[in-house]
Amino acid sequence: MTSPMIGAAVKRREDFRFLKGIGRYTDDMSLPGQTCCYIVRSPVAHATIKSIDTAAAAASPGVVAVLTSKDFEGVGGLPCGWLVTSRDGSPMAEPKHPILAEGKVRHVGDPIVAVIAETLNAAKDAAELVVVEFAELPAVVDMRKALAGGEKVHEQPSGNLCFDWELGDKAAVDAAFAKAHHVTKIDLVNNRLVANAMEPRAAIGSFDPATEDYTLVTTSQNPHVIRLLMGAFVLSIPEHKLRVYAPDVGGGFGSKIYHYAEEALVTFASKKIGRPIKWVAERTESFISDAHGRDHVSHAEMAFDRDGQALALRVDTLANMGAYLSTFAPCIPTWLHGTLLAGQYTTPAIYCNVKAVFTNTVPVDAYRGAGRPEATFLLERLMTKAAMEMGLDQTEIRRRNFIQPSQFPYQTPVAVVYDTGNYEASLDKAMSLADYKGFEARRAEAKARGKLRGIGVASYIEACGIAPSSLVGALGARAGLYEAATVRVNPTGSVSVLTGSHSHGQGHDTTFAQVVADKLGIPMEQVEIVHGDTAKVPFGMGTYGSRSIAVGGTAIVNALDKVIAKGRKIAAHLLEAAEADIVFEGGAYQVKGTDKQKTFGEIALTAYVPHKYPIEEIEPGLEETAFYDPKNFTFPAGTYICEVEIDPRTGETTIVSFSAADDFGNVINPMIVEGQVHGGLAQGIGQALLEQCVYDDEGQLITGSYMDYCMPRADDVPFFKVATTSTPCTHNPLGVKGCGEAGAIGAPPAVINAICDALKDRGVLHIDMPATPERIWRAVGGAAGRAAAE
Amino acid sequence: MYGFSYQRPRSIADAVAALASEEARPLAGGQTLIPTLKQRLARHETLVDLSGLAELKGVHTDGKAVGIGAMTPHAAVATSAEVRAAIPALAALAEAIGDPQVRNAGTIGGSLANNDPAADYPAAVLALGATIVTNKRNIAADDYFTGLFSTALEPGELITAVGFPVPRRAGYAKMAQRASRYALVGVFVAETTAGVRVAVTGAGGSGVYRSKELEAALASNFAAAALSGVTVPAGDLLSDLHASAEYRAALIPVIAERALVAAG
Amino acid sequence: MAQVRLEVNGKAVEADVEPNTLLVDLLRRSLSLTGTHVGCDTSQCGACVVLVDGNAIKSCTYLALQADGKSITTIEGLAAGGALHPVQEAFREMHALQCGFCTPGMVMAAVDLLARNPSPSEDEIRSGLKGNICRCTGYHNIVKAVQSAATAMSRQAAAE
Repeated sequence: MTSPMIGAAVKRREDFRFLKGIGRYTDDMSLPGQTCCYIVRSPVAHATIKSIDTAAAAASPGVVAVLTSKDFEGVGGLPCGWLVTSRDGSPMAEPKHPILAEGKVRHVGDPIVAVIAETLNAAKDAAELVVVEFAELPAVVDMRKALAGGEKVHEQPSGNLCFDWELGDKAAVDAAFAKAHHVTKIDLVNNRLVANAMEPRAAIGSFDPATEDYTLVTTSQNPHVIRLLMGAFVLSIPEHKLRVYAPDVGGGFGSKIYHYAEEALVTFASKKIGRPIKWVAERTESFISDAHGRDHVSHAEMAFDRDGQALALRVDTLANMGAYLSTFAPCIPTWLHGTLLAGQYTTPAIYCNVKAVFTNTVPVDAYRGAGRPEATFLLERLMTKAAMEMGLDQTEIRRRNFIQPSQFPYQTPVAVVYDTGNYEASLDKAMSLADYKGFEARRAEAKARGKLRGIGVASYIEACGIAPSSLVGALGARAGLYEAATVRVNPTGSVSVLTGSHSHGQGHDTTFAQVVADKLGIPMEQVEIVHGDTAKVPFGMGTYGSRSIAVGGTAIVNALDKVIAKGRKIAAHLLEAAEADIVFEGGAYQVKGTDKQKTFGEIALTAYVPHKYPIEEIEPGLEETAFYDPKNFTFPAGTYICEVEIDPRTGETTIVSFSAADDFGNVINPMIVEGQVHGGLAQGIGQALLEQCVYDDEGQLITGSYMDYCMPRADDVPFFKVATTSTPCTHNPLGVKGCGEAGAIGAPPAVINAICDALKDRGVLHIDMPATPERIWRAVGGAAGRAAAE
Repeated sequence: MYGFSYQRPRSIADAVAALASEEARPLAGGQTLIPTLKQRLARHETLVDLSGLAELKGVHTDGKAVGIGAMTPHAAVATSAEVRAAIPALAALAEAIGDPQVRNAGTIGGSLANNDPAADYPAAVLALGATIVTNKRNIAADDYFTGLFSTALEPGELITAVGFPVPRRAGYAKMAQRASRYALVGVFVAETTAGVRVAVTGAGGSGVYRSKELEAALASNFAAAALSGVTVPAGDLLSDLHASAEYRAALIPVIAERALVAAG
Repeated sequence: MAQVRLEVNGKAVEADVEPNTLLVDLLRRSLSLTGTHVGCDTSQCGACVVLVDGNAIKSCTYLALQADGKSITTIEGLAAGGALHPVQEAFREMHALQCGFCTPGMVMAAVDLLARNPSPSEDEIRSGLKGNICRCTGYHNIVKAVQSAATAMSRQAAAE
């Protein structure tokens, strides 16, 4: 019938509309009578608002409404979806995050006034007439200073501390350190980043007075979650009166998970003014209103025995929350960070303490990898630094500490159980891709040209497919993290799959269709994947944490199994055979050992035209829904090897080679998986070499546009060498693990380890990200270094 | 953007007349002006689009000098056979400005009138001792650049062309600021009939400038080897998020060496 | 208001615009050609790249009135008679797009690049695309696609 679809590099079906320019993103839509919204944001980081005068703005030509927090009375603040408990048992501090500033602004970009007008230019003209009188307060920018007392971002008893969390056995760790042969220590910063999906956020709110239904079109990775959060916690609109629709979305990388003020604002205000309202972020506005990522300051120590066997790991981290708690902010530095600190290693004792801090900066939340890159960077820097200090090869120290295939399932000392893996296999594959053995010759050749060449290894693990609801519930999640899917077989045999996983670049339209075509034995053209609209899809928890295939894909498989099972009953009836004797293969139900069969299409038609049908036993129709709650996280892992060349006179670094070997379990579409790895690698390299948010002491973001925030371009990255190994996930039917974040997790330590390897003869054991030319130039001695090089 | 009126004159005289008002502003390639307007950082009553002035476009050469019309886009300079033959370093510089789309729109006259301290063209103009030709007069490069975003142009004065004397040898190299791709440090070296001239862009606290130290070092030997051990002071250099003055000072001789290698 | 007359994807267009209207806004709002995107406000991301008289420019940094009398090609006008342009075809073949947002600008930049340099080296491609930011692909498959399109187009040219 059809060749196996699972595992085939099928070209993407969604590409045609994007390539022809007929994709449909939020800002491509316009509703009749639509107005434009422009938001007056705080130009200062910290101030009380003494007064707001909107009279002149309201009188400006073309203005429809000018709204302040007073117009949102009775509207809730933006909710936080995760409660972290401090080590003393107290709940985290959870100050209100209003839609528009209430009496105080807490970061540059904090929204204060919404101007709604006939055109964007009219709204901007009017916005200039809004007069806000501030009484400025000292800005709290540095996390250590924030904890040391002084100005408070929020008036609350714990000052600027949000929570003080711990994980692991501190006593066991202390005991292991006491008998260590060697201790490697590191202080590092995981630099603050901006996700920078190329499509800026946008939202269109509208209200139908006839039905009293609200509709929000928004750039979201999870429209049902937005409906839940905004409907239940902010605007008090029941689900059945609120439709949230996320059409084509131009990338997310985490930044479009969260419920943002603008979404609630345009939805609520559309009823107030009786017209649809569109808001579209300008890029400079995105920089000060999209949740940022990372921003950890850590001190870590790792104890080793004389053979380089890790005995214990101790981590102290300050995690910046920004001015308010974004939707999932508290879980990132805790349950998505501390739990990954075992990495691929058998380290028996681990202790992690995280203090989360409020500052006068943009809220920080998940960005591609989310907690796992921070854990991996820290751990993999420690391993390479330890190798350098102990005179071991970077690969050797890892090999000595790897969890062995025979040890799975493996209970780590930081709460999670890895189901499967083979870490030496991916290390070996990466070494072969990178020609690791030939490196010293290349180093010598580079040296002859005056260049410093280095090689860096990083072996990462990540917890994906978030997550078993009972587990995350116990850890503080205020939602379940299952996924839902409906498989609707239409009467003529075509199939509509309604999935809660949202696609914003991942290619679900193709990958999911492959799974369905494969399971049902029908051509992909017969399969439609529907997502992103609460009016069409029954429910969903959305796309993040590399969960779409492992959780969303499994929900689809489970729904398909129900469809196939029902079809078997129908087939048994039609074929006058026992249900147990019917096999479903290659798109047909067949009586075992005979040539009697009915195609899937015939069964579908029968289900909807039930003339000859077991109507007493089963209902007509062929549509099934499954909610899949994962049994465990999945644990993709792999090894990345980066090779750099540095000009010591300028500090310029070139990535000359980058090799990635990933174990994603089974792969549905290798072309799409490779693409995901490539993109993650570029973002990881961006973090390592180029990207950073810099705030000055006054809390001004001085990297607030692409003029100063350095996005990776085509000439910043090389071709990547990628390959996969496979130990299929043991607890989902497809054996899949997820691939979306790996690159961004594994790349930063590989790059920095390579730079440190290049510079080790200059006595450089660590360099912070981004490793800019000037930082490297300083590390090798600055001006004095040039003389030495000559 | 604030509102403005728009004119596209067909002659230099009309353009000059249109620009007589203080509230009028010439629009060349628009690659700096339009982003500035979009961010409402500037407000002008009238934009006078110079793209209708055919006489401001194109390249002319007579073997001793290359004349480039003010409205010639960077891409045209980069690909001009005359420029490549006479002053290959100038073509290479134009080829390295911004990105291809900026080069298709941005013009030499616009760049020089704006005099961004990190722009590329000012380095070539100053190092080659070019002449800025306006509707009123000729201005020597040494007199033209007067500070950050500041030039000798008078209100209403319009650059019509730039004349570059053909050097014996010349080269340009830069390290780009990696976000904006403007020059963090750009160095143009030229061996001219009037001696060696070296101009540095991207680094100077007052914009493009001639480096005494590098000119002295190269005066008798126009080669990378002559820069061994040469340093430049950091005192007057720019210090910002992307590079400290000290780092810029360290880069200048290295980038100059690269320019010399490019000069051949 | 001022009148602008231009040709867009082969069709004559007349529109009344405020002088401060950007070309991208004319395309997206007045002409409903929403394939040209806006991804930044500092003229760097390249999502808005279109061809003006055959030259790629950033339509977010270009006034609609500057385009008066000129011929514009947008992503919607690239596929001739429904068949994908070789660059579009190569992007699909090499999986050079993910979320699709940067894609129209990237494709138009690649078309311009190949018009100027029919057989670019890898470095020339990477350098030629530096006016376009893609956050999804890591550029790997985009560079491959431009290489592949170059081969296909030169084969096509040789055949003609």
